[in-house]
Amino acid sequence: MSKAVLTGEFFLSGGAACVEGAIAAGCRFYAGYPITPSSEIAERMSRRLPQVGGHYLQMEDEPGSLAAVLGASWGHCQVMTATSGPGFSLMQENLGLAVMTETPCVIVDVQRGGPSTGLPTLTSQADMMQAKWGSHGDYELIAYAPQSPQEMFDLTFKAFNMAEKFRTPVLVMSDKIVSQMVERVLIPAEKQIKRVERRRPDRAAQANGAEVLVPPMACAGEGFAIHVTGLTHDERGYPAINVETQQRLIGRLRGKILQNGAEIIEYEERDLEGARIVVVAYGSTARSALLACRLARQRGLEVGLLRLITVWPFPAERIKALRAEALIVPECNQGQMVREVERFATCPVRPVSQAGGELLAPESILKAIEEVAQIG
Amino acid sequence: MAETTMTRSGKGAIRLPSRPGAHPEDTLLRAERLPHIWCPGCGIGPALGAYVEALQESEVPLKQQVIVSGIGCTGRSAGYVNIDSFHTTHGRAIPFATGMKIANPDLKITVFSGDGDLFAIGGNHFIHAARRNIDLNVICINNFNYGMTGGQLGPTTPPEALTSTSPYGHEEESFNLPYLAACAGAVFVARWTSLHFLQLKRAIRHAMQKEGFTFIEVLSPCPPGFGGPNSLGEGLDQMRWYKEKATINPQANLETIGLELGDAKIVLGDFVDRERPSYLARQQLLAQRARGN
Repeated sequence: MSKAVLTGEFFLSGGAACVEGAIAAGCRFYAGYPITPSSEIAERMSRRLPQVGGHYLQMEDEPGSLAAVLGASWGHCQVMTATSGPGFSLMQENLGLAVMTETPCVIVDVQRGGPSTGLPTLTSQADMMQAKWGSHGDYELIAYAPQSPQEMFDLTFKAFNMAEKFRTPVLVMSDKIVSQMVERVLIPAEKQIKRVERRRPDRAAQANGAEVLVPPMACAGEGFAIHVTGLTHDERGYPAINVETQQRLIGRLRGKILQNGAEIIEYEERDLEGARIVVVAYGSTARSALLACRLARQRGLEVGLLRLITVWPFPAERIKALRAEALIVPECNQGQMVREVERFATCPVRPVSQAGGELLAPESILKAIEEVAQIG
Repeated sequence: MAETTMTRSGKGAIRLPSRPGAHPEDTLLRAERLPHIWCPGCGIGPALGAYVEALQESEVPLKQQVIVSGIGCTGRSAGYVNIDSFHTTHGRAIPFATGMKIANPDLKITVFSGDGDLFAIGGNHFIHAARRNIDLNVICINNFNYGMTGGQLGPTTPPEALTSTSPYGHEEESFNLPYLAACAGAVFVARWTSLHFLQLKRAIRHAMQKEGFTFIEVLSPCPPGFGGPNSLGEGLDQMRWYKEKATINPQANLETIGLELGDAKIVLGDFVDRERPSYLARQQLLAQRARGN
């Protein structure tokens, strides 16, 4: 039997690294539907999962894929699926079910250009708002934006741990570039790997009825006669169609994410001390932003970079605390996360937008930095 | 909920109420959730009763029994049965159950849902689950309309039938569900009505013992949604109608047993009972190959 953790140094695509991160984290069930540019993830899963005692299931469509993933999670498996824009749209229905039933699962979205069939083989970052608002109703979840194959490993691994810990869907908002580029990836030794498992039910703790933000999870076949529903439900899991239960449930579901922001929210800072201009970037665009910032500093401009690793919940407090004269937000879309930055910024914010199709070039970001610096 | 004692009778464990006068199904229904939402004369209750009795008689421990429903009147069934129960999204009960069965093959999973849920929005999942012969038992309550939303036409509404969205009569042909299930690959296919309680219970018991994908259609009265508009009367009248029109013929040519309003007979029976390698059986073989590499 092959190893679950392929410890060592490899030259891997982002998609391959994602699969290895998932399996190292304990993923043993994958259900999906082929779609460019995420199919490499499904292909590697179909080869790797059976080697480690896991299951690959190819479903008839994306609603069925995510439904099967959720069912397997309640069968006490660690689970994931991967897709791209059109499939991500079709998964929004059961993403809502995952939120409402607090089902741990990981969804990887390898973003491509849209709307509709759009650009199947070309990149974008245009699903960032769909990641937050795609399913109906008010909800919070966790979404990461990897910038490299190494982060496809690291953040997919982390996504599993966070899904288990907070009983929530976790999104890995990759894109065509990050998923298909090939780079050095370090896979740690088994003994360095720290896995988190969902909290198991404890009858005594249940009986005392203490209020918790993340309740323990009993799975099917464990003798608890659980009831699980997408309807608004009380602590027992029973439907309760009234205002009080809705307020209590929605308050707790949002609260378990928002009140744990300090643990969930991650970002990387470079040269923020004394920076007059700060570039706020994420995912593949952050690679261009890094080069643009270096070039700008070589030209004597005081520029820093704030790279968002967790995009949802949004790092509002960190944006509020930035003491710059201007912020620049480059994105491979028509301006999505820039709206969130604008909500919390205490200085002017300039978007650098692109319709999708190719990596946002460092020159475009550098040009924006220079223009903003001149105005200042 | 009544206190229970376990006794052994014949092959299976039967739960008997320790409190005199308690109903034997008290332990298998979530009594605290009653009364249920169904209308007077609805046929879902008797069908669920047949399932619950089949559960009691099954050799599979209740701990391993799971019920999964979709959305709609029948979709609420999961919420009343005192075993692990899942009320999922519209049409997605079968893929949800598929993932759960593969994750934990020890579970005995019944998908209990309605005709609109399973054959309109969920139709694609049904044929694929039958094709892959995943070990699931699907019980479909067919009441010929969307009851919960107010009696609209659905994929099983017969031609000419009046519903709230076919005020001049329905233009379309309806699905012949046993024929569809058999063609898609189900290893056991039956049709009964909510009047045929014992036959239905026996069919469910048999389905639980089969390996692979099984399908049971249960014709069921819906007085406000379908019976009223089509002059079939109240629940009891529709039960009488089933009694008069039903003919049991397990050997029937499935192509000919589609349902229509009018004088044609309603053909019932356990029609298909065959063996095909199940998804899980095939998967075990291939898993050995994968681990050998």
